[in-house]
Amino acid sequence: MSTIFLIVGRSLRQHLLSTCVTSIAVGLACGLLMAVFAVQTQTYEAMTAGATRFDAVLGARGSPLQLVLNAVFHLDVSPGNLPWKMYMAIKNDPHVAKAIPYAVGDNYRGFRIVATTPELFSYKSVGKNFELEPGGRFFDPNKREAVVGSFVADKTGLKVGSVFNAYHGIVFEEKMKHPGQFTVVGILKPTNTPADRAIWTPLDSFYRLSGHILRGAGTNYVAKAGEAIPDEYKEVSAVMIKFKSPQIGMLYDQMINRQGKVATLAWPIEKVMADFFNKIGWFHNILTILAYVIAVVASGAILAGIYNSMNERRREFAILRALGAHRFNIFTVIIMEACVIAANGVLIGFVVYTIVLSVASAILRAGTGVVIEVFRFHPVFIFAPIGIVFLGSLAGIIPAIKAYQSPVAENLVPQS
Amino acid sequence: METILEIKGLRKSFVNYEGQKIPTVDIQQFNLYKKEQVAIEGLSGSGKTTFLNLVAGILRPDEGQIFFEKEDVAILSESRRDLWRAQNIGYVFQTFNLLQGYSALENVILGMAFGKGIHKDFALALLKRVNLAKHIHSKPRQMSIGQQQRVAVARALANKPKLVLADEPTGNLDRTHARETISLIQEVCAENGAALLLVSHDHGVLGKLKRVIKMSDVNRAGLPVEAERENNPVKAGA
Ligand SMILES: Nc1ncnc2c1ncn2[C@@H]1O[C@H](COP(=O)(O)OP(=O)(O)OP(=O)(O)O)[C@@H](O)[C@H]1O
Ligand SMILES: [Mg+2]
Repeated sequence: MSTIFLIVGRSLRQHLLSTCVTSIAVGLACGLLMAVFAVQTQTYEAMTAGATRFDAVLGARGSPLQLVLNAVFHLDVSPGNLPWKMYMAIKNDPHVAKAIPYAVGDNYRGFRIVATTPELFSYKSVGKNFELEPGGRFFDPNKREAVVGSFVADKTGLKVGSVFNAYHGIVFEEKMKHPGQFTVVGILKPTNTPADRAIWTPLDSFYRLSGHILRGAGTNYVAKAGEAIPDEYKEVSAVMIKFKSPQIGMLYDQMINRQGKVATLAWPIEKVMADFFNKIGWFHNILTILAYVIAVVASGAILAGIYNSMNERRREFAILRALGAHRFNIFTVIIMEACVIAANGVLIGFVVYTIVLSVASAILRAGTGVVIEVFRFHPVFIFAPIGIVFLGSLAGIIPAIKAYQSPVAENLVPQS
Repeated sequence: METILEIKGLRKSFVNYEGQKIPTVDIQQFNLYKKEQVAIEGLSGSGKTTFLNLVAGILRPDEGQIFFEKEDVAILSESRRDLWRAQNIGYVFQTFNLLQGYSALENVILGMAFGKGIHKDFALALLKRVNLAKHIHSKPRQMSIGQQQRVAVARALANKPKLVLADEPTGNLDRTHARETISLIQEVCAENGAALLLVSHDHGVLGKLKRVIKMSDVNRAGLPVEAERENNPVKAGA
C-alpha cells in the first residue's frame, strides 16, 4: 500500500500544475456549493425569525411584504401613514402586549431615520433587545436627540456628542436637508439585526422638523414651536405589535385585513418573509443547480486532467506492470489520484467558502443589517465534501479503466 | 537435473506495416535448468528480446507452452501472470525501462514492491554492489547511460527472483564495468539459486557463461528481410 501512496504522490507532484489547477477548480465548486446552501439557510433564518421582536406590523393599506421590508428591514418605501388614533386604539387594547409607533421618511447619508418612542428601548422581549455602548443614553422624547445603530456609527463615524441633520426621503440628497440638528446621545451595541442600520429619534422631533406636514386630521397641520401637537393631527408610518397570544393576531388579521379597508396588518412577520422567500425560491434553485453543474464540471476537470496525463504515463504504467504491478494496482493508483485531487479541492473549498461567506456576510449586513455567521455548521459541510470526493473518484474511473486495459509490451518501448 | 523453464512449440508473429504476419519466434524446445546460467547470442532482429518478453509473460505467445517449475505460465490469467512475474522474474530490459520520476533507490524498491515486499537495506546493498552508493537519490536523467544500466541490473535482482532475464545488460558499459556487472549478476544468481538467461553479443561477456546458445539454432522463424539480404543477397533478390 505504501508503494501505491509513493506512486500517487510522485505522480501528483510530477503533474503539479495540472494537480493544482484541477484542485482549485474543484475547490471553487465545493466552496460555492457550500456557500449557496449556507447563505440560503442563514438568510432565510435571519430574515424570517430573530430579526424582529414583534409579531406584526400595522401600516397603511398595501402589501404586507412592503410593510415588513420597510418597518422591519428598513428597506423599500413606506406604503403611507396611519392616523394616531389607530395606534392609540391598539396600544390601549389589553390583548396587545406592546405597540410601538414608527414614523419614517428621513435619512442621514442613506441610513433611515426612524422616529419612535422610548418604549422601543425599554421593551424587553425574547428577541434581541437594545443595549447601549458605554457612555451613551437613550434619547429624551422631547429633545432633538438620536440613538444610532452600530452599523451606522461604524459607517458614518457618528458618536456620542456628534450632531447631524436629517435629510428628507430615503435617498441621500444634499438639497433635501432639514434644518435643525440632532445630537447623538447613544450608540447601540450590535444586534446583528436590521436595527443596526437605523437611526432612532423621538417622534416629537420628527413631527417638528420643518417641512413635515401632519395630515392626521384630514387637514394640513404644521407643528408650532413651544406648543404641544394635538393627537388628532399626528400620524405614524407603522405600528410594531406584540400580541399576547396568536389568537389575538388572528382576530386582528380578520378585523383589519378582511373587514377593514384603511390599514394592513402584516402578521405574522415570519410568515410574510417566508412567503417572500418561497416566491424567490426559483432564484435559490438556480444557484443550487449552478453549484451542482460547477461540481460536475470540476469532476470533468479531474477526468480531463488525469486522462491527459495518461498518454505520457503509459510507459510508466507499462514498466510498473513489467515489474509485477497488478493491473488493479494501476487502477487503484489512478482512482486515488482523482481522490486526492478531490480531497485537496475540498480543503480549498473550505477556504473558498470562508471567503465567499465573508463577502456575502458583509454585503448582506450592509444591505439589510442581518448578519450571517461564516463558521456556523451546516450539513452541507459534510455532504458537499463527501459528494465531491465521490464524484472525483468516479471521474478517475474512465482513465483508470483505460490504464487497466492498456497492454504492457507495446507501451514498454521508449517514446520520444 | 530439474528444469526451471521448459518451452515447447513457442510461436510469436508480428503484423508488419503492410499487414503481413511476420513469424518472429518459433522455438520447438528449450530447457533451462535450475541455477543454470545460459547466454543467447544472435543477430539484431533475430527475436531475442521478443523471446525474453514471452518468457517474462509481458507478451502473450500465439502458440506453445512455457513451463515455469512445471506450471504453464502462458495460460495464466493476466493478473496471475503479473503476480507470478513480480515474485519470480527479474528482468534487465534492453532499454532499461527505469521510472523517470523516481530515484535509483526508489526504482530498485519498486522492483521488490509488488513481489516479496520491500527491504530497503537489501536495495541499498545492491546499489552499493553496482557502484552507485553515491547515486541512490539521483533520478535516471541525472545519471549516465552506464549508471542507468547498473540501476536496471540492481532492480532486476531486487526481488530475489528465481529466474533473471538480462537483455544486453552490459551493452552500454565499459570493459571494466561490464565485467563487474556480469560478475555481479552471476554472483547474485548463484547466491539466490536463481537461473540466468542472458542475451549479449559481447564475447567478453559470452565467454563467462558455460552454455551459449545461438538464436539461429533454436529459433526457426525467418530473420527479417534485411538480415536475410545481408546474409544472402542473391537469393533474396531472386
Ligand atoms: N511490437 C512489435 N510489432 C511488430 N514487430 C515487432 C514488434 N516487436 C518486435 N518486432 C519485430 O520482431 C523482430 C525481432 O525483434 P527483437 O526486438 O526481438 O530483436 P532482437 O533480437 O532483440 O534485436 P536486437 O539485437 O537489435 O535487440 C524485429 O524484426 C522487430 O521488427
Ligand atoms: Mg533486443
